[in-house]
Amino acid sequence: MSQPIRVLVAKPGLDGHDRGAKVIARALRDAGMEVIYTGLRQTPEMIVNAALQEDVQVIGLSILSGAHNAIVPRVLELLREKDMADVKVVVGGIIPDEDAEALKRQGVAAVFQPGASLEGIVGFIRSAIADSERHLPQ
Amino acid sequence: MKTAERQFTTISGVPIEPVYAPESLEGCDTGAPGEFPYTRGIHRDMYRGRLWTMRQFSGFATPEETNRRYHYLLQQGQTGLSVAFDLPTLMGYDADHAMSEGEVGKCGAPVSSLEDMEILFRGIPLDKVTVSMTINSPAAVLWAMYLAVAEQQGVDWARVSGTLQNDILKEYIAQKEYIFPPAPSMRLVTDTIEFGARHTPRFNPISISGYHIREAGSTAVQELAFTLRDGMEYVDWALERGLKIDEFAPRLSFFFNAHSDFFEEIAKYRAARKIWAYAMRDRYGAESERSLKLRFHAQTAGCSLTWQQPYNNVVRTALQALSAVLGGAQSLHTNSLDEAYALPSEHAVTLALRTQQVLAYESGVAATPDPLGGSYFLEKLTLESEAAANEYIRRIDEMGGMIAAIEKGFPQSEIAGASYRYQKEVEAGERVVVGVNRFQSDEQPIELLQIDESAAKNQQRKLAALRARRDNGRVRRALDDLRRAAEGKENTMPHLLDAVRAYATLGEICDALREVFGTYQETTHL
Repeated sequence: MSQPIRVLVAKPGLDGHDRGAKVIARALRDAGMEVIYTGLRQTPEMIVNAALQEDVQVIGLSILSGAHNAIVPRVLELLREKDMADVKVVVGGIIPDEDAEALKRQGVAAVFQPGASLEGIVGFIRSAIADSERHLPQ
Repeated sequence: MKTAERQFTTISGVPIEPVYAPESLEGCDTGAPGEFPYTRGIHRDMYRGRLWTMRQFSGFATPEETNRRYHYLLQQGQTGLSVAFDLPTLMGYDADHAMSEGEVGKCGAPVSSLEDMEILFRGIPLDKVTVSMTINSPAAVLWAMYLAVAEQQGVDWARVSGTLQNDILKEYIAQKEYIFPPAPSMRLVTDTIEFGARHTPRFNPISISGYHIREAGSTAVQELAFTLRDGMEYVDWALERGLKIDEFAPRLSFFFNAHSDFFEEIAKYRAARKIWAYAMRDRYGAESERSLKLRFHAQTAGCSLTWQQPYNNVVRTALQALSAVLGGAQSLHTNSLDEAYALPSEHAVTLALRTQQVLAYESGVAATPDPLGGSYFLEKLTLESEAAANEYIRRIDEMGGMIAAIEKGFPQSEIAGASYRYQKEVEAGERVVVGVNRFQSDEQPIELLQIDESAAKNQQRKLAALRARRDNGRVRRALDDLRRAAEGKENTMPHLLDAVRAYATLGEICDALREVFGTYQETTHL
């Protein structure tokens, strides 16, 4: 058996609507992943530090307030600065299509909009990690 | 699956019998509309006397743009205003604070000082239009700004009418926009209730809210129980302050969700009135009839709106609004079809308002009070909702009240469990969401309201100019006075009024209170 996938679920910004983040955290845990939930009002710095400390492979950001264009690029930038660009960043929330495309171009692995299925999210994370492990230098 | 084996439940998971008959009415003691326990409504004539207030929640970008939207909505026949503040304002930060980056004007109107509040209500007479304000942790500060604008307009506070949401308990439970710990937060709420009882006889200083509890994923019964138990907690604190029950209870107001399960929702509103009437009479000894009557605002369920096939949201909203009207709501907000994506466009919000007008003027449902009263199914559901909610209330009483329950994480865990169960049911296809897990199709995108960063820059520029222009000595003195009042036991409202009149900003005032009260960090309950 391989090691369980480690995921940090984070709520950046001022938004307190944590229903989605909590449902996702539980669904990933039920799918056998190790989930660390940061709680509310995390700055990009706090999130990247937590990702480093917890040695996660995936960061899931839940943003419903419309502040994603200010927050997500900063998280990506900090990951690059800390040499953690291999950590997959996925974003869930109210993200308009054109913003989702722009975030993906900047390095976000996936954007999950309202109505995305839990199964689809779990499946995406599993295959993204399996892919990156295949590409590791032997 | 054969029909005989299939389980029918409400959206909250309450089992539904194959058929309801006269024996379902056993134990049913609804009385007449306008009579104790008000199950059938708080007025004898209900909407024949006066229709519900059509009050669309609105605010975006800047106070200037929001003011224009208010004038538009009033011209379209809306009968009350409802202010949406942006996240920095809700969290007590000015538009130029580091935590406000990317958030200014996104989810509502930014109000960092009295100047912004003046702009928000420019040309709107506060003695004629009733205003509801969705603000919680810093509610007392924003209310002080509102009362200061009324003062400038020459409107006597005794004539000012409207509602302050000011319900901090549901923030700890569900929406999570808290600043201070529970005890000082409850003290601020009690300050406003006391101040209101003395100075603003027509203003509701609090709107005890189940809406956000439901949006966080609770069942209908959890929404009902936690909201009413929150209400009792506020009553306990006001009594402890020395107020008499009939001095303040008539101005306690409520706010419920109008979710998708039609009959369950109507039963919820009816049960809410009944439980509250009994609690006020028997638990608190209220004597004034006005203390016993639960008045509520309803908003259709934001969480039921789908991103897929957005025009379906118009239909969902119409049905939800109908349940609120059949349930006897005093005021109503109908969501716009584009709100799964963004704040509503002018076109979308107009359609949402028209939905209420069609209900009010074309459907005939407003012609008689509680038209579904006596329905076997509805009466049974009402009794079941009442019993299940009372059981929750009993458990919270046993824990030592709502603050103790919150500190244990009890309501939070109950809601998280219900929300996860619901999501699993949707995932398994046991709950159908049209256009999402069944009947999917590709749709053309709809036009959305966009809020760019120029709103934030505009606000920051205005704030810098204000800080340079005002009498900063007066601001400092007002903030020092406020700190001293907060450290002691006196009512903070007069000091908040002095601070806002001196144009101290929201962030400065909340910082002064943070120094005295500290801030709250929750323990997460997954």
